[in-house]
Amino acid sequence: MWEQIRSNQLRSVALTIVLGIVLVVIGYLLGLYFFNSPIAGLVIAALIWAILALVGYFQADSILLSMSGARKISPEDHPRLYNVVEEMKIASGLEKVPDIYIIDDPALNAFATGRDPNKASVAITSGLLQKLNRDELQGVIGHEISHIRNRDVLLMAMCSILLGTIVLLAWYGSRILFFSGMAGSRRSSGRGGGQGQAIILIVAIVFMILAPIFAQLIYFAVSRRREYLADASSALYTRNPEGLASALEKIGASTGQLKSANKATAPMYIINPFRQKGRAASDLTSTHPPISERIRILRAMAGASYTDYDEAYRQVHRASKGVVPAAGLAAAAVPIRTVKLEGEAGELNEVQRARETSDVMWRLNNYNTITCECGTKLRIPPNFKESQITCPHCGRTHQLR
Amino acid sequence: MPIWAWVVIGIVVVLLIIFVAVYNGLVRLRNQVKNAWAQIDVQLKRRHDLIPNLVETTKGYMKYERATLEAVTKARNIAVQASSAGAGERGKAEGELSSALSRLLAVVERYPDLKADQNFLALQEQLTSTENKIAFSRQFYNDSVLRYNNQTQMFPSNVVASMTGFKSGEFFEVTVPEEKEPVKVSFDQ
Repeated sequence: MWEQIRSNQLRSVALTIVLGIVLVVIGYLLGLYFFNSPIAGLVIAALIWAILALVGYFQADSILLSMSGARKISPEDHPRLYNVVEEMKIASGLEKVPDIYIIDDPALNAFATGRDPNKASVAITSGLLQKLNRDELQGVIGHEISHIRNRDVLLMAMCSILLGTIVLLAWYGSRILFFSGMAGSRRSSGRGGGQGQAIILIVAIVFMILAPIFAQLIYFAVSRRREYLADASSALYTRNPEGLASALEKIGASTGQLKSANKATAPMYIINPFRQKGRAASDLTSTHPPISERIRILRAMAGASYTDYDEAYRQVHRASKGVVPAAGLAAAAVPIRTVKLEGEAGELNEVQRARETSDVMWRLNNYNTITCECGTKLRIPPNFKESQITCPHCGRTHQLR
Repeated sequence: MPIWAWVVIGIVVVLLIIFVAVYNGLVRLRNQVKNAWAQIDVQLKRRHDLIPNLVETTKGYMKYERATLEAVTKARNIAVQASSAGAGERGKAEGELSSALSRLLAVVERYPDLKADQNFLALQEQLTSTENKIAFSRQFYNDSVLRYNNQTQMFPSNVVASMTGFKSGEFFEVTVPEEKEPVKVSFDQ
């Protein structure tokens, strides 16, 4: 798993360079056309990129978390979730337990964020939290933790910022070029040298139209690859691919879309928050591989190592080329965990988990919960002023402090 | 200076750089093994601390399980004493404790009142998670040891390792006697 991180860093550098070159060419062409000096265009492109990158680097996680309405929880709020995150932190060898957030949304999703492993967060929707049993939760959290551990979050954030700059410049650039070009061609028709400029103009327009598409395809391909790798790492950490597979199955069966997601934040989630039913299987313009395929790969694994994932991937795709970088494959055989860990007998069922989760959500909204002797739960709003309250079910009176 | 002198100096410098890099890599791996061991230690201690609490909570409900409870307490005390021992002996003591605990938790099924006790449920969650954390920290420790040992034994890093006194690490196995088969629960009293 250490080789994994190194090859990931190499790959991110390569990808960033490719996207960077595209950005430089766009800046060059814009500068050449508008200011007759390519340097000016480059400076403008670099400035826009630098501003976005700085904001992204320092603020992306807090913007993302506050946009999705995530609430930070403490270990006492939801011991099971906290424990599962800590278990995966230990299994992955992270140094610090990430901050844990719950999003109050019935859609089933989860994401990880944070620019480096020591300042990372995982967030999970309340819907998913009550749907998953312990093994499945472990699989999902393992997936998110490996995004943190493999530095995927920073890679995808920086890439999406480069991509955003390219799209922004190309969109405005191509429109300005197109219209000023039409106006200019009439004016300059009498002048010499108009032809050279027209060729530059056409090349520039074609490039401006193609560049964002090209950049997006690279970005999506990398994002999908990172998802496969996070699945493989999750299986390795938990030693139990079935946990994640069955969690993905539950997630795939639901159709609710997450209200707070948007296009820029999509690659962070465990599944694509915008996926629609019946869409073509292996889609070039998707941030995530199809769920059914991810499940098939996980279930085809003979062991829990990267090598096993790679073989399962090749088997499912009938391809000779795997998805795990060669450096990660040289590990020893890793068996799947067959012995159940302790305490499974006392596991909560789905109704109990739903109650547990809703208790947490009420508490996070500063509601006080009193359980009456008759079994009714009274939720006391934070602005409730009376000193006592009567149970509507059995009529007992409860004193409030 | 003649050209060959420069070549010799160049080779020496390159060798020195490689030596330093390999040495630093070994130190990093050894520290990782140490950290991973500390993690296991934390989780084992945590389990030792949880058990008196668990025994206290279950005692009131389990009138007929004195022997099971005593076995857990005894295994715990042995494991606490083995804390300062080497990985092998320690693994054995912790294995005994694990199997005593799983016998206790299997017996819990017979006591619906206990299973509804909020205190017990919270304890059970902590215990389950601690068991998992022990398993996962052991997994990470053994992975780290494997990697470290590979580096100390494989050429060329083994040359540096033997020159500077890096020794192979010891794997940590918790030997549970009946881990392979499911726990038998008998309902005759």
